[in-house]
Amino acid sequence: MSNFAALTRMRIQLTIRNKMFLFFSVIMPFAFFFLYAGVFAKGVPEGVRYLLGPVVALTVMGSFWGLSAALVTFREQGILRRFHVTPVTPSDMLASSVVANYLLTMPTVLLELLFARAFFHVHNFGDLLAVFILVTVGTVSFASLGLVVASVTNTMQETQIINQLLWLPLIFLSGATLPLPSLPAVMQRVGVFLPATYLVNSLQRAIVFSVPITHLLLGVLALFFWAAITFFVSAQLFRWDAESKIPRRAKLWAASTAIPFLLLGVYENRTGRLVAESQAAMHAAENPGRHADTPK
Amino acid sequence: MNNSILQVENLVKRYGDVEAVRGVSFNVEEGEVFGLLGPNGAGKTSTVEILEGLRTPDSGRVSVCGLDPQKNPQELKHHIGAALQATSLPDKLRVMEALRLFASFYRVHRNPEELLKRFGLEEKRNTFYSQLSGGQKQRLALAMALVNDPKVLFFDEPTAGLDPQVRREIYDIIEELRREKKTIVMTTHYIEEAERLCDRVAIVDHGTVIALGTPRELKERSDDKTRLEVRLARPEPQENLKNLEGVSDCRILGESYVLQCQHPPQAIVSLVKYLESQGNELFSLEIATPSLEDVFIELTGRRLRD
Repeated sequence: MSNFAALTRMRIQLTIRNKMFLFFSVIMPFAFFFLYAGVFAKGVPEGVRYLLGPVVALTVMGSFWGLSAALVTFREQGILRRFHVTPVTPSDMLASSVVANYLLTMPTVLLELLFARAFFHVHNFGDLLAVFILVTVGTVSFASLGLVVASVTNTMQETQIINQLLWLPLIFLSGATLPLPSLPAVMQRVGVFLPATYLVNSLQRAIVFSVPITHLLLGVLALFFWAAITFFVSAQLFRWDAESKIPRRAKLWAASTAIPFLLLGVYENRTGRLVAESQAAMHAAENPGRHADTPK
Repeated sequence: MNNSILQVENLVKRYGDVEAVRGVSFNVEEGEVFGLLGPNGAGKTSTVEILEGLRTPDSGRVSVCGLDPQKNPQELKHHIGAALQATSLPDKLRVMEALRLFASFYRVHRNPEELLKRFGLEEKRNTFYSQLSGGQKQRLALAMALVNDPKVLFFDEPTAGLDPQVRREIYDIIEELRREKKTIVMTTHYIEEAERLCDRVAIVDHGTVIALGTPRELKERSDDKTRLEVRLARPEPQENLKNLEGVSDCRILGESYVLQCQHPPQAIVSLVKYLESQGNELFSLEIATPSLEDVFIELTGRRLRD
């Protein structure tokens, strides 16, 4: 336990000293926030409230990018090798990455909410407990995704390619940048296979309609199980040494992390519930007043 | 059953088709400095990393502090300290932070302040790792290896890539640890390092131990005898010098005679007596003893650093 705490502390120190972090985890999210709130929502409180979901989701999802890069750098530079001769375990190493990332992401999310209040007069953030739980589960699960990416790639170059391949669909097909209802029907059908879609949609419903966590369980549980599987797989595939390459069957392991959202995606494609929900949220934002306190 | 602190028996390690370690065996006793000497790629690092629990052997038996590194890696790591090859620390970690962090991983640990002082890093305590010189990084690596007051220390090529001045600093540190009776296993491809620092040396080549003993034993075992190179006032018949007691052969090299001898003191005495009886005079005398390098060349037919 104390190894984990000491490593978490180190990761936070190192991250804060890293200029890249400042750019990707602080400046970028706020740039997104002001772009979304000021330009897309034209500063209208209802619009800003609607777009807070995507903004917070983007902040949360960004976790996997930095985390995978940091871990691969550690491995490539022989830093992990040094930890390997100490009693530190792979779980210590991985869990400290996830927790350090969570502790660093929380303040950014909090500031986004405070800015929405201060600059755009948003006074109602919906169900804050649900928002808090979603941000927590979301940050942990996307951080774990980063760990798996680090585990299945051998070089930084490979890591960055995989990150790009994951990032683009995650932000464009999930409603995080373009509202889901505005996408062509085919893309909406693909979108419901992505964890990001559930994060964006659940956050929006919690903020716009004050939907409590008990009514968002499907998405939250799927994210939770996804986090558990990805963390487990990344611990199984963890390598201390850059010399030991990833065996091919390990990539199958990694592919198994897609299972929760494959199942959920099939279910959602049948019922069409999620798409209908995100339409309702968009509708509420476009017609302020009428849906002020609309039902779950 | 022997009670050596470290035991290696028939160790084998393969990487794909390459057999890096091919049946290595040796024991290390408590309080000794044991060296694995050999060229790059001889299997030294693989052997040491198996002992540290970093790699899995394909076969063979290993025991370190009475523990099997495969079965008990976590427990073992409390008892060993290591300065690895091809390793580093995060760029933006400060010297003192690194020592404190690594100290926190162990049940028993030494005072980081004390280590900082001992390794001459006090002024660098708040310096980022990336801003240290090569020698400072290596001193920090050695300090970190001692942070848990380990029973066995592993130094893998502790001076590789360092300039001569810094190398001597590292030698001083290792010699001090030797005086404190620390058990140390080190690898090196520098002859002088093995001769100067190690109580016993295993010469490793192509994954096997080809000779093992104290540096002195190894040199004595060598067929190469001590050479006496002498210059005389007047020439002497080669035959007469060759037949002197203690001398096994005599060659003429330019203006001097090279006497091969198994017992140099005896040879010198008989040479001086002979010259006196002939009324001749000794101008100069040089004694050249075989080095570990000679031993290595004799065993493998190659120089250590090609």
